[in-house]
Amino acid sequence: MSGEPLLSVRDLVVEFSTERGVVRAVDRVSFDVHPNETVGLVGESGCGKTVTGLSILGLIPSPPGRIAAGSIRFQGRELVGLPESEFRRIRGQDIAMIFQEPMTALNPVFTVGNQMIDVLRRYRGLTRRQARGAAIELLAKVGIPAPEARIDEYPHQLSGGMRQRVVIAMALSCDPKLIVADEPTTALDVTTQAQVLEQMVILQREFHMAMILVTHDLGVVAETCHRAIVMYCGRIAEKAEIGPLFEHPRHPYTVGLLESIPRVGEHEKEDLAVIPGMVPDLLHLPPGCRFADRCRRRQPRCDEALPELDGREDDRSRVACYFPAEPPT
Amino acid sequence: MTVLLEVRNLQKHFPVRGGLLRRIVAHVRAVDGVSFTLESGRTLGLVGESGCGKSTLGRAILQLQRPTGGEVVLEGTELTTLGPRRLLEMRREMQIIFQDPFASLSPRRTVAQTIREPLDVHGIGSASERDGKVEELLQVVGMRPQVMDRYPHEFSGGQRQRIGIARALALNPKLIVADEPVSALDVSVRAQVLNLIAKLQREHGIAFLFISHDLSVVEHVSDHVGVMYLGKLVEMAPAKEIYRDPRHPYTQALLSAVPSTSAARR
Ligand SMILES: Nc1ncnc2c1ncn2[C@@H]1O[C@H](COP(=O)(O)OP(=O)(O)OP(=O)(O)O)[C@@H](O)[C@H]1O
Ligand SMILES: Nc1ncnc2c1ncn2[C@@H]1O[C@H](COP(=O)(O)OP(=O)(O)OP(=O)(O)O)[C@@H](O)[C@H]1O
Ligand code: SF4
Ligand SMILES: [Mg+2]
Ligand SMILES: [Mg+2]
Repeated sequence: MSGEPLLSVRDLVVEFSTERGVVRAVDRVSFDVHPNETVGLVGESGCGKTVTGLSILGLIPSPPGRIAAGSIRFQGRELVGLPESEFRRIRGQDIAMIFQEPMTALNPVFTVGNQMIDVLRRYRGLTRRQARGAAIELLAKVGIPAPEARIDEYPHQLSGGMRQRVVIAMALSCDPKLIVADEPTTALDVTTQAQVLEQMVILQREFHMAMILVTHDLGVVAETCHRAIVMYCGRIAEKAEIGPLFEHPRHPYTVGLLESIPRVGEHEKEDLAVIPGMVPDLLHLPPGCRFADRCRRRQPRCDEALPELDGREDDRSRVACYFPAEPPT
Repeated sequence: MTVLLEVRNLQKHFPVRGGLLRRIVAHVRAVDGVSFTLESGRTLGLVGESGCGKSTLGRAILQLQRPTGGEVVLEGTELTTLGPRRLLEMRREMQIIFQDPFASLSPRRTVAQTIREPLDVHGIGSASERDGKVEELLQVVGMRPQVMDRYPHEFSGGQRQRIGIARALALNPKLIVADEPVSALDVSVRAQVLNLIAKLQREHGIAFLFISHDLSVVEHVSDHVGVMYLGKLVEMAPAKEIYRDPRHPYTQALLSAVPSTSAARR
């Protein structure tokens, strides 16, 4: 990618202090996101995807959490250490987040409409009447049937997938430059998912919006992202452009991930391929590679020191592994 | 195989209020006359568009929301007319894994307390046996015993989902309604959990009503698949057949919209 990145994360470290000790949920993570670009963020449950996303919006609950080191620059401006009042402005207008669990983002005592109208009036300066019209339009765009009636319902009256779409509509409502979408379509059936993703891509083109898409659905990554970052246990294991990543995964964890996907049309009620073992406990991390216990390619060297990402940030493909699978030449 | 669950013409309608006086102006027929049977040890996969009534059907079967009409018979007992005490007894045999794990876990309870709760309510085992069971269940869902004293907000989305699964398994129920149980899990952990469900099913004969929008997952775990559309079951067939030869136009549309990793290989 050429040109200035919109977002530039460098050596980000996020820690939580717990009764049992300090948990390092994100450990020296670096990546860039360019305007118009969609970057997929995938990886084992608990590997730090949501925490990475929350850091960008200044939403790490503190205490117990804190950004212990690193930098997050958005349009050249440093976000780490920014006061909450400044962040609030950025969250409304520049960066929006779609939360993994929709009920955390919705207020149960207000109707959907009131919540959306509030946001639209505050950030777009619309009158109540205009805002209501705009809200209905947004709900229609994310495929909510009968939006003029649904707008007056409370969150508990909606199905899981409708709530998720309301949250998406709210995030889109202020035309952000960057959207951090945390599992935005997990609660949606495939036809609705396709519709919502398509709508997001259209809006992205229209507004030159960039997107970080956190998802477990590798099919969605393949269809919507330009690049992907694979995380494991707080670290980046591999990042690459989509084609090469799926065709020639290099990190043994990425290889295992791709092998675990069940495919439609191969009905077998037998065991799925899994990556054996469990992620290490964040409080008792080994000195060497964190994937070593589960790795087929492990050698003595892997247990000595943590592998770092090879190459440089603007390389097309980077991997943090001593013995990666090499792409055929 | 014995029939475990029989659902007959089940209905659940919600009032829609409108106007200044918030009068009831219409009803949403979220579940509108659904009938099927489920045998022990079998899995019925349930798919369908967002808002078509899947979660409502699951909740109405378990009487978490009382149905508007119809019957639900579990092991010969009709549930819709049961009083609260008998219903509590029956709850031992039927559990739910909720779609939104965050909303369903109490923020003030530790993991151990959450998973133990059904054991406590039904007075099962001694205190130390219950603790042992909690540890075992955590293991089963791929989590370490060290997490026992932690609270829900200290976990990632996928970890919370696994806590919900462990809780549902605690009583060894005969029926589990699993509402999007693996949607927040990465593919590898998801595969582990699905293999585990298959194993429990083989060993204990648990029956699952498995709600998921992920058609590959449904195909993998289900014996039969039901397709819901606007509150009704529009197609029901053995898993193999429905994928090979979908009949209903909505089923056909569903199957053609599955995103695939092969797109990246274009
Ligand atoms: N408030 C907190 N206190 C302590 N630990 C926390 C807290 N929030 C998150 N963590 C830990 O940080 C790690 C990363 O969590 P995060 O939510 O980023 O995972 P994730 O990659 O989004 O996973 P998932 O795919 O399951 O949502 C987890 O191990 C989690 O237990
Ligand atoms: N408590 C309620 N009050 C009013 N309407 C409700 C209530 N609960 C559900 N509904 C409505 O019933 C319909 C079915 O909702 P349900 O949650 O069962 O859908 P679903 O198939 O599970 O969808 P999803 O895939 O999005 O989770 C929706 O139109 C929803 O708005
Ligand atoms: S560094 Fe070694 S143990 Fe770690 S992923 Fe690479 S080969 Fe496996
Ligand atoms: Mg997460
Ligand atoms: Mg639902």
